[in-house]
Amino acid sequence: MNLLWLIPMFPLLSAVLLIVTAGRLPKQLVAILGAGSVGAAAVCVALLANDFFADGQIRELTLWTWIALDNFTPGISFYVDGLTVVMMSVITGVGFLIHLYSLEFMADDESFSRYFAYMNLFVAAMLLLVMADNLLLLYLGWEGVGVCSYLLVGFWYRDPNNGKAARKAFVVTRVGDVAMALGLFLLFTELGTLDIQPLMAAANNQWQVGDTLPILATALLLGGAVGKSAQLPLQTWLPDAMAGPTPVSALIHAATMVTAGVYLIARTHELFLLAPPTMMAVAWVGLLTLLLAAFAALAQNDIKRILAYSTISQIGYMFLAMGVGAFSAGIFHLMTHAFFKALLFLAAGAIIHCLHHEHDILRMGGLRKRLPVVFASFLIGSAALAALPFTSGFYSKDAILLSAWLTADIGPILWLGGLLGALLTAIYSFRLVFIVFFGHANTEPDRQPGLKMSIPLILLCVLAAIGGWINIPLTEVFASPPSDHSLIAHSVEYIGIATPLLGLLIAYLLFLSRAMSIAKLTESTAGQAIQGFLRSGWRFDALYHYTLVWPFVGIARLCKNEPVDQIYNAIVCTLKWFHRRLIIVQNGELRWYATTMVFGIVIFVAMILRHSL
Amino acid sequence: MSLLILIAFLIVGGLIALFSERINEQLPRWVSLAITILALGYIWLFCRQLPIESFSVIPNPTDGSSWLIHLRLEWIPRFGIAFELAMDGLSLLLVVLTLLLGIIAISSSWVEIKFKPGLFQANVLWSLAGVIGVFLAMDLFLFFLFWEVMLIPMYLLIAIWGHEDKAYAAMKFFIFTQFSGLLMLLSIVTIAWQAAIINGSYSFSYFDLLGVPFDSSLAFWMMLGFFIAFTVKLPSFPFHTWLPDAHTQAPTAGSVLLAGILLKTGAYGLLRFCIPLFPEASMEFAPIAMALGAAGVIYGAVLAFAQTDFKRLVAYSSVSHMGFVLLGLYAWNNLALQGAVMQMVAHGVSTAALFMMAGALQHRLHTRDMNQMGGLWHNAPRMGACAMFFAVASLGLPGLGNFVAEFLVLVGLFAVQPWFAVIATLGLIGAAVYSLWMIQKTFQGEPNNELVMADFGVREMGTMAAMMIALIWLGLYPQPVLDLAQPVLDSLRVFLVASPQLGGVS
Repeated sequence: MNLLWLIPMFPLLSAVLLIVTAGRLPKQLVAILGAGSVGAAAVCVALLANDFFADGQIRELTLWTWIALDNFTPGISFYVDGLTVVMMSVITGVGFLIHLYSLEFMADDESFSRYFAYMNLFVAAMLLLVMADNLLLLYLGWEGVGVCSYLLVGFWYRDPNNGKAARKAFVVTRVGDVAMALGLFLLFTELGTLDIQPLMAAANNQWQVGDTLPILATALLLGGAVGKSAQLPLQTWLPDAMAGPTPVSALIHAATMVTAGVYLIARTHELFLLAPPTMMAVAWVGLLTLLLAAFAALAQNDIKRILAYSTISQIGYMFLAMGVGAFSAGIFHLMTHAFFKALLFLAAGAIIHCLHHEHDILRMGGLRKRLPVVFASFLIGSAALAALPFTSGFYSKDAILLSAWLTADIGPILWLGGLLGALLTAIYSFRLVFIVFFGHANTEPDRQPGLKMSIPLILLCVLAAIGGWINIPLTEVFASPPSDHSLIAHSVEYIGIATPLLGLLIAYLLFLSRAMSIAKLTESTAGQAIQGFLRSGWRFDALYHYTLVWPFVGIARLCKNEPVDQIYNAIVCTLKWFHRRLIIVQNGELRWYATTMVFGIVIFVAMILRHSL
Repeated sequence: MSLLILIAFLIVGGLIALFSERINEQLPRWVSLAITILALGYIWLFCRQLPIESFSVIPNPTDGSSWLIHLRLEWIPRFGIAFELAMDGLSLLLVVLTLLLGIIAISSSWVEIKFKPGLFQANVLWSLAGVIGVFLAMDLFLFFLFWEVMLIPMYLLIAIWGHEDKAYAAMKFFIFTQFSGLLMLLSIVTIAWQAAIINGSYSFSYFDLLGVPFDSSLAFWMMLGFFIAFTVKLPSFPFHTWLPDAHTQAPTAGSVLLAGILLKTGAYGLLRFCIPLFPEASMEFAPIAMALGAAGVIYGAVLAFAQTDFKRLVAYSSVSHMGFVLLGLYAWNNLALQGAVMQMVAHGVSTAALFMMAGALQHRLHTRDMNQMGGLWHNAPRMGACAMFFAVASLGLPGLGNFVAEFLVLVGLFAVQPWFAVIATLGLIGAAVYSLWMIQKTFQGEPNNELVMADFGVREMGTMAAMMIALIWLGLYPQPVLDLAQPVLDSLRVFLVASPQLGGVS
């Protein structure tokens, strides 16, 4: 018996229960439901993965046909292959740890039950997204996670700024979703199905590499992917989305939802392979985003915003990998990134939790001794993020850079860009570590993270450290053989290994030993301007505000009182005007009536005479 | 005979409700509720005794006896006017929707009406009777009669029980509908006259008039008469301006009925009469109709965002959503038509819920101005959760009925007119903007301590839950509704196949 449906069912059922009971359950029960349901799903996924490793069979299950109209027959049906298993493991595994952590992090929140309801709903939607066997069901999960993200970013609804960040996250991703929906319309109209596997087969049958239609279709799907994954030009929502509780940022805005765009490209990679120009665009989007976000991360002082920009940057690497056809490497980085970025966010959450909601790293410092578990987490997480040798991030980023190097024509440019990004990554991640954990203490922690927070941190530390040795079963999924890295000159590999170390050294000199100083640079007028520019995320918000938001609001205000009604009012006015003119005629004066009557008769007679003559 | 009994039952029920007020002030609402539920039960019993296969038989549009039920009584034989009612899957769907939303409407104004409750309930029941008559009448003269009949009780509902600007709104509603109705009357008379020239005898029966080869230049003008009458009702841009006023000023039950079902009579008219009677003229006109639909989608969304009055916002969102219906109808392929029918049902439910929310807020806070609200979630989390649910339904969240409708319309439209599909899809961004803005202004933000209000009670929560379940059902398993409408759409689509602009896939 196929029990695949149980996996999304656990968190979904728990979410429904929590919503229906609306906070009337005792906290203990909410905790059991909230974290336990995801734990149960994780156990099921582990069993599934175990079976999958044993036989390598693709598993399919159709629960029911969603809509059946002519040849439009999307089902509520699942398709589980190696890629799905990897994604499901990340979602439920990391997801469970984050739920466990949340039990303590959110313990004092008045809306404890609402929080877990949304989180469970998110996990269910995310599982549907990756398990879907057709693009319509994938779109259901896609929008579902978007709404959960909206609900959780705006979780503390009393502050209007949180609501604004939540709406921004939803609306900006919706712009991408519209492109994606159009892509779905195009694919269905041209190929007559939305079931992913038949769709890929039909595309390969009907289209040649480089045809216009696959380029158009993949470009539209890419629109959806850049929206969800916060890539250029729709990256602006992610830093603001940090308004939500920190575990939310760890789960949604680091480990799972934001990587959905990468998943979409990997899932439909056969389509993308038919469209080399789109692949090129994916690579460039990835490269530009990773550099732009890495520069922006350097200038942030809010601990969560550093991590947010870092996430954008790391997803840029995944896009780069997709763009150069290194799908396995991209998914591998997706997985390791989920480990170390979830770790970093949870560790950051622990700091915020223990430091009276302090976000500014300049007001932290010296926490190494005071919060040892958190320090260890940050050290390991940052090492993996910076891709220091033998951490998980090293293996995945190295694979991406080497694949980029092998790309025809522009390979060295992509490689060099990625390398620059790696250097910056090492600098900003260790800037964070050195400022927060070393030096003298500015704020004293008022508590220590408890067991429910420490255990997830420690487990994620292990994963972030050795996760690079996990062998993920992707060879069957991506039929094209992974590029052969043995042809690459060793010097290229050595440079790749040395760059993060160089970054670490620079960070050490700048922020720990203070042997080098950039104070002069940062305090000069130009330095200030550049810092402000980077801190605002290259002023994209202002750009969109003046080119899109402001005109929209302006037009809406202009039209508020219904301009179309002016036409009808004009008709009414005209009628009233005649009405007033005619009313003059009826004045009750006999003399006037007699005069007009005589005039009328004269005209009447004149007309008759004229006619008869 | 069943159909006549159904309509007569509602009319007589209205009279009972009217006079029950003399016994007890509380009685009319119970009477009205009982009458509506009984009517629904009557339909259920009637459907049960039909063989199950009859729902999947494609009805012959020129022969009423092949429909689920058909009734023809001679009325004015000299002009071929008959009292002719018939029901197929589509009308069954809409009649059931009408009665269900009737129950919702009665529930939503359970405590709101203090003035002449008997007359109020009578008007509610009579407008239900008028709408059901519109959905069932198969004689064009009778159709026009019901079209006018449903107008009057609604006019009274707005004019008597409306809010501050009720006289203006009611008059505007009446004049728009009345004037466009006269254009339709002209068309109806012309059709009968032209058909008499061709066929040799007068008839107003739908079954006789379908497929008559009208002179093409005249057909265009007759089509236009129908089109304007139906798009004023729908309403489509630029004939929509009566709607925000009428909706805003109407009592809650009036808004629910107006948005939930009266608007659907316009869509039904286009689908049943306007396009099948004049296929060629409609085909020529389709690009203009679709342009109006796309304009309505965008314009409605932008103006919804601009509003500060909760009800006006929801009213403009209706304009936006009805644009999808117009697009779907004129795309005229199976997916788009099914989407349009689905949108009638799903929008009926979701908007009815939002108007009920508006009514509940106004009843508690005595204002509809969203600038004076904010942070209401704190005091009324159940209301907040309901509002959130229907807001995301209205922005087209997959898994809920509105998404199925909009997706089907757009995917069908894309095959016919990709650029209109692109424009309409952009409306989805607008929908997200205004829906979430509405939630922000009302339920989120810092709670205002002066605004303390009671949360939903059992009656309101039950009504809301029923609508939520309906939307989830429509969103995840819409097949029963699609299957019910499918034979009818198949029968109508034969009037217009394989045309360059209206053919499309499938």
